Amino acid sequence: MSINQEQVKHVAKLSKLSFSEEEVVGLTDKLSEIITMVERLGEVDTTGVAVTTNVIHDINVMREDVAVEGTDRDLLMRNVPTSGDGYIKVPAMLDNGEAGA
Amino acid sequence: MTELYSKSLKELQELLGKKEITALDLTKATFERIKETEPTIDAFITLNEEKALAQAAKIDENGIEAGSLAGIPIGIKDNIVTKNLLTTAASKMLYNFDPIYDATVMEKLYDAEMIPVGKLNMDEFAMGGSTETSYFKKTKNAWNQTKVPGGSSGGSAAAVASGQVVASLGSDTGGSIRQPAAFNGIVGMKPTYGRISRYGLIAFSSSLDQIGPMTRNVEDNAILLEAISGWDKKDSTSAQLEVPNFTEGINDGVKGMRIAVPKEYMGEGIAPGVRKAVEEAINKYKELGAVVEEVSLPHSKYGVEVYYIVASSEASSNLQRFDGIRYGYRSENVKDLEDIYVNSRSEGFGSEVKRRIMLGTFSLSAGFYDAYFRKAGQVRTLIKNDFDKVFEEYDLIIAPTTPTIAYGLGENITDPITMYMGDILTIPVNLAGLPGMSIPCGFSDEMPVGLQIIGKAFDERTMYRAAQAFETATDHHKKLPTILGGSN
Repeated sequence: MSINQEQVKHVAKLSKLSFSEEEVVGLTDKLSEIITMVERLGEVDTTGVAVTTNVIHDINVMREDVAVEGTDRDLLMRNVPTSGDGYIKVPAMLDNGEAGA
Repeated sequence: MTELYSKSLKELQELLGKKEITALDLTKATFERIKETEPTIDAFITLNEEKALAQAAKIDENGIEAGSLAGIPIGIKDNIVTKNLLTTAASKMLYNFDPIYDATVMEKLYDAEMIPVGKLNMDEFAMGGSTETSYFKKTKNAWNQTKVPGGSSGGSAAAVASGQVVASLGSDTGGSIRQPAAFNGIVGMKPTYGRISRYGLIAFSSSLDQIGPMTRNVEDNAILLEAISGWDKKDSTSAQLEVPNFTEGINDGVKGMRIAVPKEYMGEGIAPGVRKAVEEAINKYKELGAVVEEVSLPHSKYGVEVYYIVASSEASSNLQRFDGIRYGYRSENVKDLEDIYVNSRSEGFGSEVKRRIMLGTFSLSAGFYDAYFRKAGQVRTLIKNDFDKVFEEYDLIIAPTTPTIAYGLGENITDPITMYMGDILTIPVNLAGLPGMSIPCGFSDEMPVGLQIIGKAFDERTMYRAAQAFETATDHHKKLPTILGGSN
């Protein structure tokens, strides 16, 4: 299948990315090419084949339930673009109701 | 001190151990070399000069034990997190990121008293095959500066091949250590998934990524792998296995070793010059006493398709963390919180990264998950099963590392599918979690050709033994680019 411009815009919204109309056109073409390539997998018979998502045997690793010292707040804030009083500052999210939340 | 830059890691160890040079001499010489060649190669994003010189002086003060790695300079791919040293992943998104912790591999290098001299250029977030998607610069191939160095560890490869550093760390998700190693005529190892902790490696595709060493010869590579391997409580995917001595038995040769050559890896699409060099390597292994036979890996031909679904899906999830809130680039063009996310990501990521996030989000989205992500996971199982079957009868697999030699800068950058196909011979190894390495095996049009050696899981020692046997019996690794004193 090919992907259309409306689908590209929907996926962009899910991805929290925005594209100009011109970019959407180019992206639609490139993604369609890639998706067409990927559809070659349809020719492989995978009936009854298990899915591999990781090559290791996942084992949950639990640490002892012991309190340890956390990271220094000043260090944590070192890369924050804007902060004040030890908090991360962002634009108000409630000014326009749910749209900003 | 002249020409320290052309020496091997082992030779430098000996000079330091015998006190014929000091760590400070070597570190100063390394920065001189980097400054002299950087305008030609453009391999580094950030240099660590002041701290490296201070570390070297301290190492000299404490004394260097013979045979240790103390005082050896090393370059680090810029997706490996380094405390108090900018880590950008070659992205505008992280152009100012100053980490507050070290990746586990960095802790291991510091424990060994190696000296990180700087952060190396790469494709943005390790997505690309030519280092042309970097936000900062375009690294050049050490052999011909009109050609790409490969990617995504192109900076790591070119820095080693041009003598800027004796060794570097790269990362490999679909071939990102082996392909640039092949393009630059050096040795690059992608170890078994789980051999090395990924803690502090900026995640691209978590089930595929693995850090590995890049060096100018096989033994140096084995020495470095040993230093950075091992279980890590901070990475639940790291293997709880003892780290072997990778140089032990490295000179035992390949007599009686059973080596497989997959017919699918030597088929159409392999450039004649690459095929010729690899066929000569196959004959060399036969001369050296190995049993070399043709086998089939029938599902490997679907590797690229599986990879682009798996890797993009995992990337779309991993890159959600770059939202402009806690670190990295934040757009100034914002009115509300949603704007921070969308505008920071749209302005901060480059086009290849955005394309992969989009593909990954699409494959994971409602209505498409079964047809794409699930299907890719099933074919991944078949690819892995093919390898398991071959390894029931053979010790190693050999093949070309790449279908072609390094291509021209700008030649393929607008054509993602052609670029993706450049990894067709390396990707299946990552999907199966196996170790793979590239060693120099000849030349085509005066550019290096890489031989790929694929091993059983956690059997890097056998790979090094086979690689060392080939290196000892041939002169390919001795031919050097002009920038390193050669005459190409």
